[in-house]
Amino acid sequence: MSAPTEITEPVVTAAVDAALAAIAGADDSAALKAVRSAHVGEASPLAALNALMRSVPGDQKAAAGKLVGQARARVNQALGAREAAIVDAEATAQLAAETVDVTAAASTWRAGARHPLTLLQERVSDVFVGMGWEVAEGPELESEWFNFDALNFDEDHPARAMQDTFFIDPPEAHLVLRTHTSPVQLRALLAAEPPVYRIAPGRVYRTDELDATHTPVFHQIEGIAVDKGLTMAHLRGTLDHFVKALFGDEAKVRLRPNYFPFTEPSAELDLWHPTFKDGARWIEWGGCGMVNANVLRSAGIDPEVYSGFAFGVGVERALMFRNDVKDMHDMVEGDIRFSQQYGMTV
Amino acid sequence: MRVPLSWLGEFVDLEPGTTPEAVHAALVSVGLEEEEIHRFELTGPIVVGQVLEFVGEVQTNGKTINWCQVRVAADGELAADGGPAIHGIVCGAHNFVVGDKVVVTLPGAVLPGPFPIAPRKTYGHVSDGMIASARELGLGDEHAGILVLGDLGLDPQIGADAISLLGLDDSAVEINVTPDRGYAFSIRGVAREYSHATGATFRDPALAVTATASTEVFPVSIEDAAPIRDRIGAGVFVTRVVRGVDPSRPSPAWLIARLKLAGIRSISLIVDITNYVMIELGQPIHGYDLDLLTGGLVVRRAQPGEKLVTLDDVTRTLNREDLLIADGSGPIGLAGVMGGATTEIGNGTTNVLIEAANFDPVSIARTARRHKLPSEASRRFERGVDPEVAAVAAARVVQLLVELAGGVADGLGSLHDATPERAPIDLPTGFVSGLIGLEYTRDEVRTSLAEIGASMTETATGLAVIAPSWRPDLTDKWTLAEEVARIVGYDRIPSVLPVAPPGRGLTRTQQLKRSVATVLAATGHTEVLAYPFVAEKANTLFGHPTSSTVPQIKVANPLDGEAPFMRTSMLPGLLQIAHRNLSRGSTDLAIFELGSVFRPVAGVSYGSTVVPQAAVRPSAELEAKLNAGIPPQPFTAGVVLLGNTLRHQPGQAPIAASWQDAVTAVRQIGLAVGLPILVRQGAHQAMHPGRTAELFVATDAGELSVGFAGELLPAVARGADLPAVVAVVELNLSAVFAQVTGELQATVIGTKPAATQDLSLVVDVTVPASGVLQAVREGSGALLESIELVDDYRGTGIETGRKSLTFALRFRAPDRTLTAAEASDAKLAGVQLAAARFGAALRE
Repeated sequence: MSAPTEITEPVVTAAVDAALAAIAGADDSAALKAVRSAHVGEASPLAALNALMRSVPGDQKAAAGKLVGQARARVNQALGAREAAIVDAEATAQLAAETVDVTAAASTWRAGARHPLTLLQERVSDVFVGMGWEVAEGPELESEWFNFDALNFDEDHPARAMQDTFFIDPPEAHLVLRTHTSPVQLRALLAAEPPVYRIAPGRVYRTDELDATHTPVFHQIEGIAVDKGLTMAHLRGTLDHFVKALFGDEAKVRLRPNYFPFTEPSAELDLWHPTFKDGARWIEWGGCGMVNANVLRSAGIDPEVYSGFAFGVGVERALMFRNDVKDMHDMVEGDIRFSQQYGMTV
Repeated sequence: MRVPLSWLGEFVDLEPGTTPEAVHAALVSVGLEEEEIHRFELTGPIVVGQVLEFVGEVQTNGKTINWCQVRVAADGELAADGGPAIHGIVCGAHNFVVGDKVVVTLPGAVLPGPFPIAPRKTYGHVSDGMIASARELGLGDEHAGILVLGDLGLDPQIGADAISLLGLDDSAVEINVTPDRGYAFSIRGVAREYSHATGATFRDPALAVTATASTEVFPVSIEDAAPIRDRIGAGVFVTRVVRGVDPSRPSPAWLIARLKLAGIRSISLIVDITNYVMIELGQPIHGYDLDLLTGGLVVRRAQPGEKLVTLDDVTRTLNREDLLIADGSGPIGLAGVMGGATTEIGNGTTNVLIEAANFDPVSIARTARRHKLPSEASRRFERGVDPEVAAVAAARVVQLLVELAGGVADGLGSLHDATPERAPIDLPTGFVSGLIGLEYTRDEVRTSLAEIGASMTETATGLAVIAPSWRPDLTDKWTLAEEVARIVGYDRIPSVLPVAPPGRGLTRTQQLKRSVATVLAATGHTEVLAYPFVAEKANTLFGHPTSSTVPQIKVANPLDGEAPFMRTSMLPGLLQIAHRNLSRGSTDLAIFELGSVFRPVAGVSYGSTVVPQAAVRPSAELEAKLNAGIPPQPFTAGVVLLGNTLRHQPGQAPIAASWQDAVTAVRQIGLAVGLPILVRQGAHQAMHPGRTAELFVATDAGELSVGFAGELLPAVARGADLPAVVAVVELNLSAVFAQVTGELQATVIGTKPAATQDLSLVVDVTVPASGVLQAVREGSGALLESIELVDDYRGTGIETGRKSLTFALRFRAPDRTLTAAEASDAKLAGVQLAAARFGAALRE
């Protein structure tokens, strides 16, 4: 294209048309940059026309200026529009090129998990904390007095022999691995004046060989309340609330007469639920009753003034019927696949 | 306790057709626990047959079998199996003669096993049924020959149903008797409970027999020189004599069947009768062959070292606490536990001395435990036997020996009864309602107590209740309240939710425990629970950094003799679990456990030889002593990592677990509890010498060591069958939690612009980066907002034995925009302190 020598409408129009055609034909940023240089750059026809303005006679300057100015404006506008479209298209293409398979994402951290037995104990504790109770704890290796004598297990009573106790060497030191969480009852009562409302989850020990339904190391949750005027109706009310909170509104409790040294009257706690795996049925879950007067006396509490109730349930057993765990081995062997089923909640 | 229903039905009305399941359900409702149901697992047709003729046929194997013609129905009638009245049956036994009546299992019958009967080709005949032995019927162990009904004194009609004839249609419910209900170890007691459950009429078998006084005294002397816990060994001791018993008489079939269902093997008529009365009335009976006794009986404690051969032919060395029955010849029985061999009832016994005594539960329990001799008798005595039933039971044995064994009741006998009168229990009006939370009427209380056999009189404040003689467990008003509540029914107790006083939620420590578990799980660790039983070697290796002896707690009666010690460290259990996971194909592991370890202090003797009294609050001093006797059991975290922390994935090379993961886990725990856990280069006998951190927390008394983290010694890892690189953490959380006190004091978050600078310092490789960092932080002063280690470079450009540590520093002033010069000055002050402490030099 030769440089224009005069400013006439056809010349200006030709320069504009050529520029617009070139702009429309530019497909990417690089092409558009070349077009910009060719059609509005220093060596472009429009630049030349601009330069010719100096030689236009005074009376024609206005008209020529308008002609050239409009031409430049049209071309610049087209350039701008085209540039915006190309940037947009290129950004879109860039994003498209960055597409990944989101289903193949590499994990940047391992999955961890809690053990359902500890989670379940926390959950039960939370139910009782919500009722104003507090959580109590005690040692697993316990003095015989706390584990037995103070709980009204006479040293010669058959109930004591039935507990399948692990004794600590030497036996005359009278130390045992606690056979139940009940010694925590005593510790709670010794530590505080009534009213006392405590829940005590924890690990306990009995000399049972490991099989599908037994383990020598297991977990219990013990509850005790000592106050003025507490009755067996309060025990039932507490258990009703507890099982509904843990198993749902359809859960029910049944009390059956039974014997435990540390409660009198005593009851077996049966749980009923319509949706457990093997169908609606009563399941033996634990023991309960009114705190034996001798237990209160062991803690220096006058049974003529105060009364109390207590209950104890097995955590493993709850997990078995609540979550359909079929074999105790799964709970105690530490296979990570077992805990990982639960993740962070039970 | 197993209860045959036919027997139960003698003393309480059982609706016709009552199933064992229904009996179970009724007994469970009053507090007996259901166990199994026992039946003679057989079905008919099983009938009485008569052997008409038989031919002995010698077989090629040398055995002779009998080809018998047996009449199983009256002439002209069909047999119970629809076959002919006379069946041809092959029989291998030889203890019968023509004319004997026998038990024939016809085709279609099923015997226990199950063993179905069908016509069977054998020894060249078709045997159309089987002639049964006692064992085949499930009636006993006798299998030397077939059961000849005449031997049982039976002469039934041919074709009669042998199942009902022999009592094989009976069944028994087994119940678990709780330790307070000794009386339920008898048909008498269970019948009473069944009556409580159903309202059916109860007939006390103890009232059906009259105990007559003896006319001539059999000498018995009770000489308890050393009562246990102030209780005389024998409160009641009754003897009776029966003479002229016919030793050839068999036990009747019904008696054998009932004993069998009750779980007791038939031995001989005399022994069977004593067992029968024990089951019926709950009173253990001992029978002596009167002719083998030397003079009268003495009840006394054993001399130390005295010996006795018991019925099971074991020679037992006696303890001074053992209660004995002796005669002129010396000890002849362990009272209430097991008789002696020398005066045993035998096949030739004709004159019998019956002993029905009431022995002290504690004495019997200790002797049974000491000699490992739990018996039907000791189980009953331990739980308490009705002292008033002894004389009745002796009379019942006499009655049966006369009736069934052809004996003659003799006037010789004795009665010693030192049972104290039972004291009345004061039951204030309204007490039961107040304890149970249900308004019981006056009538309900009185009727319930009367039903269980108590007697009572009105007092000004309520009732004075005398418990029945068979309920030694009823000792106070609470035990009476339970009786009223259970007789009226626990299902009547209403549900009332008590309102606890406002609580304070979880304690700080309880919250911290949860935080630690949560943060470890959230950062990729899986919680497991290990048994805390460990071998001594593992306890020692992990229980102390250097020592080859570590004080530890030993279980006296471990289940696993290889691991009798309580863990001093979380790691041995976790390493076992790691190995189990590896063997199951999980090769990348990050596991943790939070729990107690057992850390006795060297030189301290734990426990207490004195056990305080029950039912009395121990003095503060005694309570403190008890607690001081319990070994420390700090709550501890254990972590084990191996394999890959991050596995091979698209665009991601695997990252192997290492000591860094262990240290990171410690830092996470520090964040979770809001307390920095300090990491120092450390050493431990189980750990890699160059890759072990000792962990500390700051306390008022200086830094306290709280654990270690790093990589196991490769040899230790190999010893646990694990790969060479195993990273572990052991952290005493109790010690950490103890330093978490008070509330955090927040610093102002500055909003003026920050100035960031990098700093490279060259130090000896032995200088810990954390020390240099701390020096720069201290030296730079308040303007330094944060400092992080970003590089540890060794190699070209740095002298051997030195390293270049690069830190990223961020400075900020609270009130103004910092100039570059101010930031540089602060940094240089930090460099100066690092130079002073560690010889650090700015990297050129």
